[in-house]
Amino acid sequence: MLLMDSSTKISFNRCIRDGDLVIVYERHDTMKAVKVCENSVLQNRFGVFKHSDWIGKPFGSKVFSNKGGFVYLLAPTPELWTLVLSHRTQILYIADISFVIMYLEVVPGCLVLESGTGSGSLTTSFARAVSPMGHVYTFDFHEQRAASAREDFERTGISTLVTVGVRDIQGDGFPDQFSGLADSVFLDLPQPWLAIPSARNMLKQDGTLCSFSPCIEQVQRSCETLRSDFTDIRTLEILLRMYEVREWKMDHSKVDDGNSTACPPRKRRQPSSEASVGDNASSPAVMARPSAETRGHTGYLTFARKCVS
Amino acid sequence: MSENKPESGPTVNPRVTWEGCSVLLDINDGDRLVFARLSAGSTLKIGNKTFSLQPLIGCPFGSLFQVESGKEKPYLSRFIPPTEENNVQDEGGCQLQEESRDNRAIIDNNQAQSLTGDDIDAMRRQGATGNEIVEALIANSATFDKKTQFSQEKYRLKKQKKYAPRVLLRRPFSRSICEAYFKKYPARIGFLRVDTLSLLLSMANVTANSDVLVLDMVGGLVTGAVAERLGGSGSVCNTYLGGTPYPMEIIRMFNFNNEICKRVLRCSVNDLCAVQNETSEQVSQREDVCTMESQSDEKTSLSVSTEEVHLSSKNGILDLVPENELSTTGKTCKAPKAGEKAPKEAIQSWKENGFTSLIIAAPEQDAWILVKDLLPLLTYSAPFAIYHQYLQPLAKCMHNLQLEKMAIGLQLSEPWLREYQVLPSRTHPCMQMSGSGGYILSGTRAYSNTSQS
Repeated sequence: MLLMDSSTKISFNRCIRDGDLVIVYERHDTMKAVKVCENSVLQNRFGVFKHSDWIGKPFGSKVFSNKGGFVYLLAPTPELWTLVLSHRTQILYIADISFVIMYLEVVPGCLVLESGTGSGSLTTSFARAVSPMGHVYTFDFHEQRAASAREDFERTGISTLVTVGVRDIQGDGFPDQFSGLADSVFLDLPQPWLAIPSARNMLKQDGTLCSFSPCIEQVQRSCETLRSDFTDIRTLEILLRMYEVREWKMDHSKVDDGNSTACPPRKRRQPSSEASVGDNASSPAVMARPSAETRGHTGYLTFARKCVS
Repeated sequence: MSENKPESGPTVNPRVTWEGCSVLLDINDGDRLVFARLSAGSTLKIGNKTFSLQPLIGCPFGSLFQVESGKEKPYLSRFIPPTEENNVQDEGGCQLQEESRDNRAIIDNNQAQSLTGDDIDAMRRQGATGNEIVEALIANSATFDKKTQFSQEKYRLKKQKKYAPRVLLRRPFSRSICEAYFKKYPARIGFLRVDTLSLLLSMANVTANSDVLVLDMVGGLVTGAVAERLGGSGSVCNTYLGGTPYPMEIIRMFNFNNEICKRVLRCSVNDLCAVQNETSEQVSQREDVCTMESQSDEKTSLSVSTEEVHLSSKNGILDLVPENELSTTGKTCKAPKAGEKAPKEAIQSWKENGFTSLIIAAPEQDAWILVKDLLPLLTYSAPFAIYHQYLQPLAKCMHNLQLEKMAIGLQLSEPWLREYQVLPSRTHPCMQMSGSGGYILSGTRAYSNTSQS
């Protein structure tokens, strides 16, 4: 997934090969990760797609099924991966992920500690940010979940950047071997305040910490614990509002005679209460409005910086 | 300390300042933010006094400094906040339930404080520290004891800011640079908020070894943020319409080492779109023009700095440009400077392979006109993200991209960011927040038979 060496880099000259991981795109909300395998087929509501038809085509191509239906084949990115990965836990989405990476000041070469691993959605973006020299050590107390995450990182080709450990960070803290070496620590735990003293010991001076919690009570307790050894403690919430865009044929008939409906001979395609003055022809206009249903809360992000002694 | 200098190899994350390093100074907990370059001669003005920044050299980022009254004149000195203070605060929180004081007895008649300005000046002459003055003010306040614990804390903080100002030494990162500009000069970065910037970088999949095409009309902030993520690999092509590159003075605020600077290249849209079979004569002609351009750009960026001083002193907020600015600029010219003209080989490679990402931050341009020309320069399946401070140009652009079938996975979004005050029994969203961080149109370039290759 990441551009670890030039042979994997997508370019005009790099075509899909046997064994590549591709994202099969039906619609912006219907995607699937598929490993290309010469003798294999993909079956969905559009028909049967032969993988052998895909090999040799550039990424981003439209490919057709036996019934003439089509999908696009995309090169995987952490953003696309977040949309297709199997949810073993509640995951972090793009707005929180982007903000966490930037606010923790994660750059290439950083050492990042994370717990829990969960479904590995954020881990994948951490790996992208620390690549090529840095490393992400991620811990989950659930053995099976850790194993699934490891398989995923193998599949997406980031396993050289990520090490998954099985450990109860709330109970046992991070392993001592990282003491004073971490540039950043990320906590997504039910009782983050239990892990904060250990996180403090792992961090370099002025190192950054982030704790993600859905509930304000968790934030309250975490902040109380943070106050002793951390500075610049800030709690924020980020959401992403999506917009729908469509073209409207505005009804520009005059309203001054109070008899506007009689004016246009053609049928009104879209109901519109906004009849503007001045224009006499109905012209198409592109309009945007926020999507009707949206996510109202993901979690609170509490950031802090280890005090310099 | 020398191994912390960014020149000495792959250390991209220096934690201690050095001479010539760019820093962000946070004065009194965010009241004022100042960019500075540390040198023996650089200074900072707080109130009516000027302080040398020499003591900040060789200190870890994150260090706090406080004004101390020296024998001849006051100076900045390292300050480590006592941990007892925190305990007092915690107790304050626990006692809150028993708080019975309120503001019924507080009358605003300007007689609560018995110390006069002259008394304070006299204390200063006798060498009293800022903290001693604060304690004296509290002791001589007739109303301090009547205040609630919370407002006592507020009073102390207010006096401390005035009589014992603190300076926090920060590392300039995309985060801090964007936040500082958004707070001080939002128009210069096209009102691009830090969360929006973070989304642009994610949505465009910026990572080591990528070749990122950037149209940056926000002072170089986006170019710098991309270069930071590349960490000295891949390339960022800062492109521009017409013959003159856009200013990117903000890139000087990052402490980029030579490896990172080398990866920041400039190339006009015309050169990127030009047909491949170009004679070398034409290229060399163009190179000449560009050398002149970059010189004139140097001049403009200098004049921008002077303007900054002028502007800020008018507002009473001084923006620091160290006196040795001119000599520093002269010195960095020898080392590779960020934003050299792209060599022929780089342009050739971009044409053959295509860019792997595109970010446009042109808050005053028509997004669709730019995208139409720039999108074909991307490799197929490459993601892109376009920022605009207004919604309409992006809505139009999205609609046209759909009609022309140039891209898939199109999303028009707007981030929303809210900060919270978290205190014992007093947790709530902050009273003020930014109303808009701008809009983003993101998507992926699709391959169609009509696409040019």
